[in-house]
Amino acid sequence: MTPTWVQLAYLACAVCFILALKGLAGPRTARSGNLLGAAAAVVACVIPFLYLELDHVPLILVAIAVGTAIGAVGARRVQMTQMPQMVALFNGVGGGAAALVALLELEHMVGVTDTLGVDPYNWFVYAATAFTIVVGAVSFAGSAVTFAKLQDLMSSRPVVFRGLPVAFAAALLAAVVWSVLTVTSAALWIGVVLAVLGLAIGVLLVLPVGGADVPIVISLLNAFTGLTVAAGGYVLGNTVLLVAGTLVGAAGTFLTLLMARAMGRSVANILFGALKGGSTLGAGEASDRPVRSAGPEDVAILLGYAAKVIIVPGYGLAVAQAQHTLRELVEVLGARGTAVDYAIHPVAGRMPGHMNVLLAEAQVPYEQLKEMDDINGEFKQTDVVLVVGANDVVNPAAKTTPAAPIYGMPILDADEARQIVFLKRSMRPGFAGIENELLFDPKTTLLFGDAKDSLGKLLAAVKAL
Amino acid sequence: MSEPIVWLTIFVLSVFVGIEVIAKVSSTLHTPLMSGANAIHGVILLGAIIVTGTSDHWFAVTIGLLAVVLAAINMVGGFVVTDRMLQMFSVKRPAARPASRPDEGAGER
Repeated sequence: MTPTWVQLAYLACAVCFILALKGLAGPRTARSGNLLGAAAAVVACVIPFLYLELDHVPLILVAIAVGTAIGAVGARRVQMTQMPQMVALFNGVGGGAAALVALLELEHMVGVTDTLGVDPYNWFVYAATAFTIVVGAVSFAGSAVTFAKLQDLMSSRPVVFRGLPVAFAAALLAAVVWSVLTVTSAALWIGVVLAVLGLAIGVLLVLPVGGADVPIVISLLNAFTGLTVAAGGYVLGNTVLLVAGTLVGAAGTFLTLLMARAMGRSVANILFGALKGGSTLGAGEASDRPVRSAGPEDVAILLGYAAKVIIVPGYGLAVAQAQHTLRELVEVLGARGTAVDYAIHPVAGRMPGHMNVLLAEAQVPYEQLKEMDDINGEFKQTDVVLVVGANDVVNPAAKTTPAAPIYGMPILDADEARQIVFLKRSMRPGFAGIENELLFDPKTTLLFGDAKDSLGKLLAAVKAL
Repeated sequence: MSEPIVWLTIFVLSVFVGIEVIAKVSSTLHTPLMSGANAIHGVILLGAIIVTGTSDHWFAVTIGLLAVVLAAINMVGGFVVTDRMLQMFSVKRPAARPASRPDEGAGER
């Protein structure tokens, strides 16, 4: 029986996790909320050492030190632009850990009988164990695939092959059947087969998801891991795992729905849309249709004599590390009397809110950042929209082409401005893999080149006006 | 294992708390919130410590230690990376923090 003080300590940790999550939902309290969560997690992990007579303590401490070092160094070194794949990675290893814990617990349960020779575990414990193994493995493998997509280790476009839906359904069915088997006759090898099925489901689930939708899947897998941790808490009889896991599972599911709504998509469409095939696959090739391009001097004239300019920053800007040059350009334009605003799409960057993080890192004044709903009415009165490294968030196909994968996503109405200037590296389509009709609009001018390089030239040309 | 109904009760109530707690979050904070929630489920480290400390077969201990390493990466990395993101919102410019914005402007997406 767990001592009362331990149960109370776990309760206190669970309350701290609730407060931490609550804190993270508001900008003013987010940082302290995160620190509170970290403190509660550390306390929770110290408790077992105090009341249980654990074996292998030195080895466990070494393993904790190794994991801490890898996690801390990874988290410190990662570029802000690579944040989404880092979150996916951390989530995946968490899911993997939960699956391994459940496997071991299954092994502990095998052959255990009480004094009357009866198996002391009820079927629900076995079911929860099976659930933890399968979903933990799904989260691990799915996160690995999202990481590969975001890190450009594989194509970020939907990967669909003939028979994928059948394979997915078969793996899912097999996992259900096998889980029932686990409930009726627990054995380690059955658990291992379950884990393998979970890995297969994870891969098959994420392969058909295309570029811009990957972050939403990360959020979904995050919720999955939360639920596995909750189920693991039930299996181990540990309340803090149950509460923390459930909190993350519920909050993560809800967050996934919020993010999907911000993109005007349903979660089902995100996960299974590409399976229907056809146009949702998008284009991976550069187009050879004619466009109008210009040199930095021409664009400088456009900008330098405009009364109102809106800048649409995108992931390409962040990748080129051109935020500082852009800020300088905005200052010079401001000094010439031009009104300049930044228009921030909710899903600019690689995740909702990612662009705010990236621009905050570059010290762009927060007052100049305008959210989509606040600025969309202003495009009609805007002389020039300068799109730097963004594509999908200004793509009118979201409004006009029902077959487009981004159809229904609210966009920035850049097409309503008098002039549109795109700074682009090439004609390759954006993250969602679809062509942007706006590029071929007669009002549009393209300035090809690396964003930092182009902005530098633009800055010099505006100064020379 | 105590009463399944007790556990079910805690589970269901936690679901409601989880949803309620983030009901109105601004899209600006979606990324850090996801990352912070991610770090919290790293508390599976606790479970990994317990199963490893109560295993005796060398193979089980090895699997357990692997789980400990993975869970520690999840937990420590998650909290550190979230803190780094949130730092971005508060450095050097107290007046420009999102916190200084009235709620209607920052939220609702």
